Amino acid sequence: MSTITPTIAAPAPVSLTWRRLKDFPLIPTLILLLIAFVAIFADVLAPYDPQIGSLARRFRPPFWQEGGSMEYLLGTDHVGRDVLSRLMYGARVSMIVGLAAVLVAGALGTFLGIVAGFLGGWVDQVIMRLTDTWLALPALTFAIFLAAIVGPSELNIIIILGGVYWTRYARVIRGEVLSLKEREFVNLAVVAGCSRAKIMWRHILPNVINSAIVLATLMLGVVIVTEAALSFLGVGVPPPKPAWGLMLADGKKGLMVGYWWLTVLPGVCIMLMVLSANLLGDWLRVKLDPQLRQL
Amino acid sequence: MKQYIARRVGYSLLSLFLLSLTIFLFIRLTGDPAALLVEPGASAQDIENIHRRLGLDRPLWEQYWLFVASFVQGDLGLSFYYRTPVLDLYLQRLPNSLLLAAVAMAFSLLIGIPSGILAAVRVGRMWDSAGKMFALLGLSLPSFWVGLVLILVFTVWLGWLPSSGAGTAAHVVMPAFALGWYFAAAHMRLTRSSMLEVLGSEYVKLARLKGLPEALVIGKHAFKNALIPVITLAGINLVVMINVAVVVETVFAWPGIGRLLYEGISFRDFPVVQGVVVIGGAMIVLVNLAVDIVYALIDPRIRLAR
Amino acid sequence: MSAAPLLSLQNLSTHYVSQHGSRVVRAVDDVTLDLHAGESLGIVGESGSGKTTLALAILRLLPPAARIVSGRMLFEGEDLLAKPDGDMRRVRGKRIAMVLQDPMASLNPLFSIGDQVGEPIRVHEGAGRASAWQRAIGLLKSVRIASPETRVRQYPHEMSGGMRQRIVGAIGISCGPRLLIADEPTTSLDLTIQAQYLELLRDLQRQRGLALIFITHNLGIVAKMCDRLAVMYAGRVVEQGPVAQLFNAPAHPYTRALLGSLPRMSDNRERLTAIEGQPPDLSSLPPGCAFAPRCPMAAPRCATQAPPAFVLGEDHSARCWLAAPVAAA
Repeated sequence: MSTITPTIAAPAPVSLTWRRLKDFPLIPTLILLLIAFVAIFADVLAPYDPQIGSLARRFRPPFWQEGGSMEYLLGTDHVGRDVLSRLMYGARVSMIVGLAAVLVAGALGTFLGIVAGFLGGWVDQVIMRLTDTWLALPALTFAIFLAAIVGPSELNIIIILGGVYWTRYARVIRGEVLSLKEREFVNLAVVAGCSRAKIMWRHILPNVINSAIVLATLMLGVVIVTEAALSFLGVGVPPPKPAWGLMLADGKKGLMVGYWWLTVLPGVCIMLMVLSANLLGDWLRVKLDPQLRQL
Repeated sequence: MKQYIARRVGYSLLSLFLLSLTIFLFIRLTGDPAALLVEPGASAQDIENIHRRLGLDRPLWEQYWLFVASFVQGDLGLSFYYRTPVLDLYLQRLPNSLLLAAVAMAFSLLIGIPSGILAAVRVGRMWDSAGKMFALLGLSLPSFWVGLVLILVFTVWLGWLPSSGAGTAAHVVMPAFALGWYFAAAHMRLTRSSMLEVLGSEYVKLARLKGLPEALVIGKHAFKNALIPVITLAGINLVVMINVAVVVETVFAWPGIGRLLYEGISFRDFPVVQGVVVIGGAMIVLVNLAVDIVYALIDPRIRLAR
Repeated sequence: MSAAPLLSLQNLSTHYVSQHGSRVVRAVDDVTLDLHAGESLGIVGESGSGKTTLALAILRLLPPAARIVSGRMLFEGEDLLAKPDGDMRRVRGKRIAMVLQDPMASLNPLFSIGDQVGEPIRVHEGAGRASAWQRAIGLLKSVRIASPETRVRQYPHEMSGGMRQRIVGAIGISCGPRLLIADEPTTSLDLTIQAQYLELLRDLQRQRGLALIFITHNLGIVAKMCDRLAVMYAGRVVEQGPVAQLFNAPAHPYTRALLGSLPRMSDNRERLTAIEGQPPDLSSLPPGCAFAPRCPMAAPRCATQAPPAFVLGEDHSARCWLAAPVAAA
């Protein structure tokens, strides 16, 4: 159970001093930065067009394997597209979808969590019952259902994932707001005659933003895996766009004959990104927000 | 006690209502529901029939009533592709899903509970770190990718296990592992934290003060208490497994509910998709209710506290 | 005092060391205490003065961060610190028992009363299930629990707070220990039940010739229960001696202050905080007397030189320069 330390003054925002940086997860952060860099400069970095291939050059293995060449460093897929280029553009898809969906979910969930926790009463009841119900649904199944209705596109995926995952923010943020509400500085603001909207915006929001950031980092991994799963099932990013989940689906075509690079490489990319986000999130959770430790 | 159960049942009914309302509204608000429920290439007459059946000319709340009434009667519509009622298809696939979920659950508990306890008893030691790594990977790796890599290694390279289908014990090994790893990680984490909490309790302190051997302190006094939340989670997770197995079942062509959902997506068979989601959601609401009630029966403290 | 003491602590020190060894908390510092068979000793002090750590050190059940860094502990002539873990385990619950601070949470919710009361008997005396069960019924009777035959089969949540407390007491005396340590055993009970429980403990002590260490912040209880008193401040025993002597002629200013703020039996919550100033930070104690910053009678030397224990009379000593013989001062 989380223990809430009673403090009278408004807590100072936690700053990242050197002491806190001691066990900073450097490698995961570098990996995330590298993926972000590749995503931004995919146009420049990618040697080929990720969507055009030639059947004559299909199923080329990576360069170090027999039959591979420096021409296609990481080989080609079932229609002869360059795997390296597709991975690079795939990073862009994952980054955009991941960050945007986390942002949508975070904004929606934080807003509803603050409103529910601060206003209480029937508003709280309605929002929390809805949150609990949606939380009970397996996120992936729910997302598949929504995707099946609205049809696949990058924008739809962002909205769907945001709509599915806001509930987790709402839960946590509401809990924090409930304890913040009892603190002296909120009471002072009430006594001083601040409007409720102003208290929520000026006094509550800055105090829950740490938790929201921690959750967002932890959520990034979940969102990326879900996006990959949706794409893998054919209700995510529509082909021929290069998304890692789609590449895995395509990779199945060469799997049984042992074209391992089509399966292993996109998966490794997903794994690196998700693992890095989780490690960074875990660290942030411990450092920024001790109350979330048992999350 | 009665009051507690009545309140839980009330909450569950409310959840079912919100759930059906959510699904209903999503279908209505995103365009003509008839377009989803009619086969591609259907005639104007067919569309007209669907409209009448759903009562689309009537007020929204009446439409909702028709929608719920047909579900309650077990009418989930007809599959376009199989030409059979969705409910029949569902029940046909359910045993396979249960089998996969049961094996995956057994695996996840066999790994998760002992390693969680070990990690709690040896906090900060090598076992704890190894466990953390195992859990982190389990929670980070997409299950379908784990499945694909398993196929690559054990079917394509080693030729030990079949890559798809069902029927023999060998068929279930890889899908159960791919599905169970994530849950093993979740069960391990919960066992560890629950065990740590119990180990810090006064009654464990008293057990040590009594001079009990450490094996008895952990095996008897701590274990049973620490296990309650884990078993609760496992109960819920068994149902969750049935409903999230869609990617794993797709990878291994395992003929369960998840595979049915995938077929529904790929054949644009909307009644099937809707049916799987509705039943899945209802199942989870009900298992949550069941767990709450069983919990209250097992653990006398809850009975008295509420 | 003729016979050898039952328990003898000699210059015992227990420190908490933080993870990187950067902070050392002297929870118990250079404590010397003797306790004779059948005697009852009260240990009083503010929260955080090291009382509980001292008790856990005697049983060698300290949390992982704590270390017994020096000193000796003799129990019935045996050196407890020299015992292997297995032997020490056989001392706990059998020869030295302890009743915890929070009796309400001390019972395991999932096992029957009979199981939990009989458990030490089965473990220490190898008794079978049935005979341990019978002994448990007898023990419940001896702690004055009505209809013990039905109670043994029940679970902790079916008991009132006072009953649970007495059950914990029954567990304590189950194997006939020579020493019972009670760590603030009455804080969570209401007044009537508190008084009943104290009476029970005293009766048990007299009947069975138990030695009792009574850890509390309540001097009123000490006056009722104890033969001797040790006052702890910042990990040290600053004064010890017969209760009557300490109450009539306290030598240490801290003892005097405690007696001045003596809470009555009635107010349970008052935690002896009526003394001005804050208890010191145990990780950075002043070089001299730890009480000096709060002491109304502090002299310049108090801030720089820690006073040793001066003997004031038979079995009465105090760590204060005011108690020093004239020659030494």
